[in-house]
Amino acid sequence: MQTNEKKTLSSLVTGLILVAFFFGLLAFINLGTSSYIQRIVIGLCISIILVVSLNLSSGFTGVFSLGHIGFMAIGAYTAAILTLPLSLKLSYLPDLPAWLENTQLSFLPATIIGGVIAMLVALFIGISIMRLTGPYVSVATLGFMVIVNVVLTNWDSMTRGARTFSGVPPYTNLWWVGGWTVVTIYVIWRLARSSFGRQMMAIRDNYIAAQSLGINVLRMRLLAFCVSAFFTAVAGSLWAHFIQSFSPKAFLFDETFNIIIMLIVGGMGSISGSVIGVVGITILSEVLRNAERGVNLGFVQIPPVYGASQILMAVIFILLIIFRSEGIMGKRELDFSRIFSFLFRKTKRKEAASQ
Amino acid sequence: MLKLENIEVYYGHVHALKGVSLEVHEGELVSILGANGAGKTTTLMTISGIIRPRKGMVTYQNIDLTKLIPEGIVLHGIVQCPEGRRIFGSLNVMENLRMGAVRRKERDEVKNDLEWVFNLFPVLKTRIHQTGATLSGGEQQMLAIGRALMAKPRLLMLDEPSLGLAPLVVQEIFKVIQQLHQQGVTILLVEQNARQAMAIADRCYLLETGQVALSGTAAELKSNIALEQFYLGGMAK
Amino acid sequence: MTSLTLIEFLIQQAINAISIGSLYALMAIGLAMVYGILRLINFAHGDLIMVGSYATLFLTIAGVPFWIAAVGGIAASGLTGLIMERVAYRPIRGAQDVSMLLTSFAVTIFLENMGILLFNPTSRPFPAPDFLNSALNFGALRVNSVDIIAIVVAGILLVLLTFFITRTDAGTSMRAVSQDLLASRLMGININRVFVTAFGIGSLLAGVVGILWSARVGKIDPLMGFYPVLKAFVASVIGGLGSLPGAVLGGYILGILEILLQGILPSFLTPFRDAFVFGILIILLLFRPNGLLGSTEKEKF
Repeated sequence: MQTNEKKTLSSLVTGLILVAFFFGLLAFINLGTSSYIQRIVIGLCISIILVVSLNLSSGFTGVFSLGHIGFMAIGAYTAAILTLPLSLKLSYLPDLPAWLENTQLSFLPATIIGGVIAMLVALFIGISIMRLTGPYVSVATLGFMVIVNVVLTNWDSMTRGARTFSGVPPYTNLWWVGGWTVVTIYVIWRLARSSFGRQMMAIRDNYIAAQSLGINVLRMRLLAFCVSAFFTAVAGSLWAHFIQSFSPKAFLFDETFNIIIMLIVGGMGSISGSVIGVVGITILSEVLRNAERGVNLGFVQIPPVYGASQILMAVIFILLIIFRSEGIMGKRELDFSRIFSFLFRKTKRKEAASQ
Repeated sequence: MLKLENIEVYYGHVHALKGVSLEVHEGELVSILGANGAGKTTTLMTISGIIRPRKGMVTYQNIDLTKLIPEGIVLHGIVQCPEGRRIFGSLNVMENLRMGAVRRKERDEVKNDLEWVFNLFPVLKTRIHQTGATLSGGEQQMLAIGRALMAKPRLLMLDEPSLGLAPLVVQEIFKVIQQLHQQGVTILLVEQNARQAMAIADRCYLLETGQVALSGTAAELKSNIALEQFYLGGMAK
Repeated sequence: MTSLTLIEFLIQQAINAISIGSLYALMAIGLAMVYGILRLINFAHGDLIMVGSYATLFLTIAGVPFWIAAVGGIAASGLTGLIMERVAYRPIRGAQDVSMLLTSFAVTIFLENMGILLFNPTSRPFPAPDFLNSALNFGALRVNSVDIIAIVVAGILLVLLTFFITRTDAGTSMRAVSQDLLASRLMGININRVFVTAFGIGSLLAGVVGILWSARVGKIDPLMGFYPVLKAFVASVIGGLGSLPGAVLGGYILGILEILLQGILPSFLTPFRDAFVFGILIILLLFRPNGLLGSTEKEKF
């Protein structure tokens, strides 16, 4: 076999092994662990989708979108409105336009529609925003988040405004979440690995040089922004059908910060880093949140300090930026094929030795 | 007065200066020559304290400069007029000059120095309220040198003052540099324009990819065949 | 109550707009100062308003007369700003823009949650003395005293600041550092002192805005800084980030824009006013990617 074919085959095999391992893990979690753990894992997968999507837009192209959570909101509300059972629609959203009032879609189409709408919005605003640089684009995306928030809070007939939107059918489970996670990582991985991805990273590293090479910066950034918006919206839909009730307030700064800290911890520009970052921060948050309720160490009692976990996270974040701003993985990726071949080689050697 | 001993400077992994040693004595005009990327600006930035050497000593009248912050080095009288002039474009001529003197407390002396600068560069006096960005290249260079002079330098370092300027303007600038030299200012001049530099310098150093390739009096270097080869044939290396 | 003539109505709205604009302008100046020198977008600037307001509140509760409490509040804002600079921003000076942006994000999360922890998340009334919050009547015209005071205070501060920036060495140094940090260092300008000055002035201004804002709104809560700082950003961006005159211009434009939209938009659209403001901002950035007073060089794509 040629080296290129060998490489593709080996990465294909690696990918399949990883996916199989992942679903095996999910199966185990599904059957063998408490619902508490299951809920954490679902949340974790949703976060992975969010962070990897943000990584595509911010980490790979260097356009730091602070208002990305607006897309999550769009996905959540769109899908929830579409999947809401007709009876509930009548009582909760009596003022919906007729064609919506009588529509009820199942999970997958609703989620996809949510994603597509987010993507269209991204295209629309991206055309103006993606020309901007540095802090201007961050402030503009922040403006986007506010616009989405204001619209959702005031468009009473569609969204129940500032009141809680509840009654969302609990479609989300480990399999849906797992499936979407794999799809997201796969798509973004392929994009990053392709020539498109290399161009994106060239833009991030030195966009003037990239321009002089003929790379169409605007189009690249726009594409990354739109794909990223799609998956962020999908995550929103997954989340909506997990939490089952929410309001526009859920899509503001606090959530944004959580995603960002996971992104930075893992390393902007590294997909495997994002996964590591999500896992690490999720575990840490859970530990801290449990500690918030007060810790009884036997001889000493630490009283409950609500909100302390956020404060601690903020401090950790600042320290991280000071001492290791590139996160755990920086811009590199975990090379699974090497890890596997290393493991297999060891087994082969063991076999050979035992003969 | 100023002594560099075996300076090793790295930019990340890139070894920019590989054991550079040089000296400047009081009242001298010393020139550092070399092609682009040879390390001339790096040398000046190291002296000014913007870059720290990984190894080696930078001493000024027995004071270790590597232990000082850039602002402190300026207070000792070592002032750099950086490459590309870097005047404050949105400030006017007067403000630029005032910024040069901002650390100095002696008002009268500052006023005298201002007069001195205007005598050297009469053009600046006519443009005193104009913003820096509206000046021509040559005027900006004069302003940059004037600004550096306002800091009362005991050692004045000039980084490529001829860069991007028309030949006539370059001549004017170099005339002023010579004037300063005659007035007793110690000068360290970095230049790509070897001919002009050697014409006014006492001694020269030739930097080549981070090392001192040649050193000596201007006369010695002028007759040095290696120098000719360097400028005519050496670049192809 | 007699109804207003058109002119009186316009005057009332104008005062409203200029008063709000003044507050935005003062906030935006603090942001612009810090951005110009450090290339740092300080989200936590808004929380300085919160710190100052709460400090004033607690001082008044402790029996201190309002005047002194207000000065104390402003001082508290200033001090918090300086601590912020020393602890969170100085160690990362020279880092990438994104890192600094995110750090300021973290600082704001820190301060907001500290606020929630130490003070209740529920809002508390702000003890503004009567003269700060009374209605003045000129015929049919009703004007809130705090608006007049805000306009006057802002005017005085702006004059003082202009003098400082253009006539003093410290102010000129700030402009120099903002323009070219390296050249400033080579001239021996003490950049640490410049940073501290910028943060100090910006934070004190935030403190002043805090008192006036709280007097206007009537109550304070730990998250009160979020919208003001966002608005201040918009103002700064409108005028061109880093430019002090731009910040002032942007602040007043934003104030006028808000009041204008409030009046022009049909009633079913008025709750969407903020969305319109941001929409206009994005459109503005389309034509002037660097703000009104920023460079007009467009990125060529």
